[in-house]
Amino acid sequence: MYVYNDFDEGFVRERVAQFRAQVERRIDGSLTEDEFKPFRLMNGLYLQLHAYMLRVAVPYGTLNSAQMTQLAHLADTYDKGYGHFTTRQNIQYNWPELRDVPDMLSDLADVGMHAIQTSGNTIRNVTADHFAGAAKDEVEDPRPIAELLRQWSTDHPEFQGLPRKFKIAVTGCEADRAVIRAHDIGIQVVRNKAGEIGYKVIVGGGLGRTPMIGKVLNDFVSKADLLPYCEAIVSVYNLLGRRDNKYKARIKITLHENGIEKIQDLVNARFEQIQPVFAGVDPQCLAEIEHAFAPPLFKTASTDGYEAARLANPAFRSWTDTNLADHRADDYAIVSISIKKQGATPGDATSEQMRVMADLAAKYGHDELRISHEQNVILPHVHKSDLHAIYTALRDVDLATANIGLISDIIACPGMDYCALATARSIPVAQEIATRFDELKLEHEIGALKIKISGCINACGHHHVGHIGILGLDRAGVENYQITLGGDGTETTTIGERAGPGFGADEIVPAIERLVLGYLDLRMCKEETFLHAYRRLGAAPFKDILYPEKAQKNAA
Amino acid sequence: MSRTFTPKVITANALLEGDAIWFTEDDTWTRNIAEAELITDEAHGDLRLLEAKADQGIVVGVYLAEAKPTDKGPAPTHFREAFRTRGPSNYAHGKQEV
Ligand code: HEM
Ligand code: SF4
Repeated sequence: MYVYNDFDEGFVRERVAQFRAQVERRIDGSLTEDEFKPFRLMNGLYLQLHAYMLRVAVPYGTLNSAQMTQLAHLADTYDKGYGHFTTRQNIQYNWPELRDVPDMLSDLADVGMHAIQTSGNTIRNVTADHFAGAAKDEVEDPRPIAELLRQWSTDHPEFQGLPRKFKIAVTGCEADRAVIRAHDIGIQVVRNKAGEIGYKVIVGGGLGRTPMIGKVLNDFVSKADLLPYCEAIVSVYNLLGRRDNKYKARIKITLHENGIEKIQDLVNARFEQIQPVFAGVDPQCLAEIEHAFAPPLFKTASTDGYEAARLANPAFRSWTDTNLADHRADDYAIVSISIKKQGATPGDATSEQMRVMADLAAKYGHDELRISHEQNVILPHVHKSDLHAIYTALRDVDLATANIGLISDIIACPGMDYCALATARSIPVAQEIATRFDELKLEHEIGALKIKISGCINACGHHHVGHIGILGLDRAGVENYQITLGGDGTETTTIGERAGPGFGADEIVPAIERLVLGYLDLRMCKEETFLHAYRRLGAAPFKDILYPEKAQKNAA
Repeated sequence: MSRTFTPKVITANALLEGDAIWFTEDDTWTRNIAEAELITDEAHGDLRLLEAKADQGIVVGVYLAEAKPTDKGPAPTHFREAFRTRGPSNYAHGKQEV
């Protein structure tokens, strides 16, 4: 795994010291809030409804066990014993006190972590496929270039005041688990006909108030050209992006207003200018980074015990059926740990759970963990012979729920329970849906289904790309929930379609139940997922299920 | 024609702890909305807002929020403000904790 070099270390330490002085000056009255706010946001410190919130980056979603253990330490020492993992592969602490934040940042620096550029109009934490480096279908591990992008973008002097925030996601496979088409820049590692590795570059995707799917800007950018090419994109955006209206400031709008051809021309022209003099890519440096991400030494062992345990223990079998993904190495598996036991808050993990996961990674997982944008934790490299021991340890701390990709594996943003921008709550809706379908014992029968919930139009909960999306709104002082259908966040990205009028807080869970039970009647067979059925049948039958009175009226 | 002015309280977050606080008649800040000053006059509200904002050495993000009178003192009218008097709904954290 990548370890900070002296430059990274010195830089992060210096930022902590600066922020400590800024906090002191705010407390002693030498800085006003207007003066202090930009400093705290630069260091990931927000103010929410009930407290401050510290957002810590987990670069490209990768952690080692010492880092996860440190996150647990922060949760115990400065927070209420838990942390919230987000769709942006960050962890948020909901209850820090202002005086403690410099110490939190200092503790993070001890394990090579920070909260820099987790806020503001900068290039944010680069997110990646959470199976990177382990997935069977991968062309190449995308994390070395994610790390390169991180180094390039961190404190980049030209890009500290962009028109708006800027988000980059990378994946090494055709199968998209990083929602790259809903990012300002999405990068996919590809191989060309000559067998060389390069990158497909997609721009202008985004969710929020105006959801848009990214467009391919370039089908193949070579390895050496990737950074100057990204630099060209961001610098074109920096000049062209609108600063007059914050709702039109993201690159998706720049692209929409100017057209892909014009952006292509401008990016190419800028690229020609900077590529010959670009100082950012040192092949030596990339080689070192790639070395740091070299795969672990995989072991060989018998998997007889694993097969026997699967036969003997139906609960274990169900968990392995649901929570494992194919690994590139023989007899290895990728384990997705669900931190979403039915009724729990999506994305929350207690300090005890974090420690157990860290210990399991150290003992059985080549010391690696990942945070997924779906708010779960991944052990990317596990030999099958160790799965039963892992399962047993997870079960003791409520982490063995077999629900990955199922109806209770819901993404939910913090919503009105924490977020100052929210228009409604999202967490309780997620909790109630998960609990309800668990009671009905239908979860496995329903099969693959992604529900995603946001507490306002900013779409932090990705509702637009949920098979079923739920958006919480404030209608005349009452919570109201709008349903979207048919969204998809994979390589076939689709923005969901609004189903119709919203539902009140006490109507939304019954509406979802009606919808899902209705799908069970509509599907041709068990293999036809909700999304497939929706694509085959179109929105109409689903709308009829959601709004039975209207359907009756139409039929009459 | 003047719009009817609906009653309000002045609220903010505490600088150090970050939790919700309300401005009282005696220019102090309370953690209990029922002890806040209920403002029923627009001009008075503007003036009190300025006075409250002068406390920025101890508070953050001062604003006027809708409220209604009750036997026990001012109470929130909007669910967002009601959450601020209690805390989140997924855990008994925040003000409801004590
Ligand atoms: C204090 C908490 C938060 C604030 C103030 C906040 C603010 C925002 C805003 C203003 C946007 C819209 C940006 C735009 O369209 O220009 C946004 C988008 C987004 N946020 Fe958050 N957010 C918060 C928490 C979160 C959390 C907890 C997550 C992860 C669960 C998250 C992930 C995202 C994502 C994925 C998007 C949409 C993608 C895009 O940028 O187009 N945010 N957020
Ligand atoms: S979607 Fe809205 S409510 Fe949810 S975290 Fe983002 S800004 Fe807050």
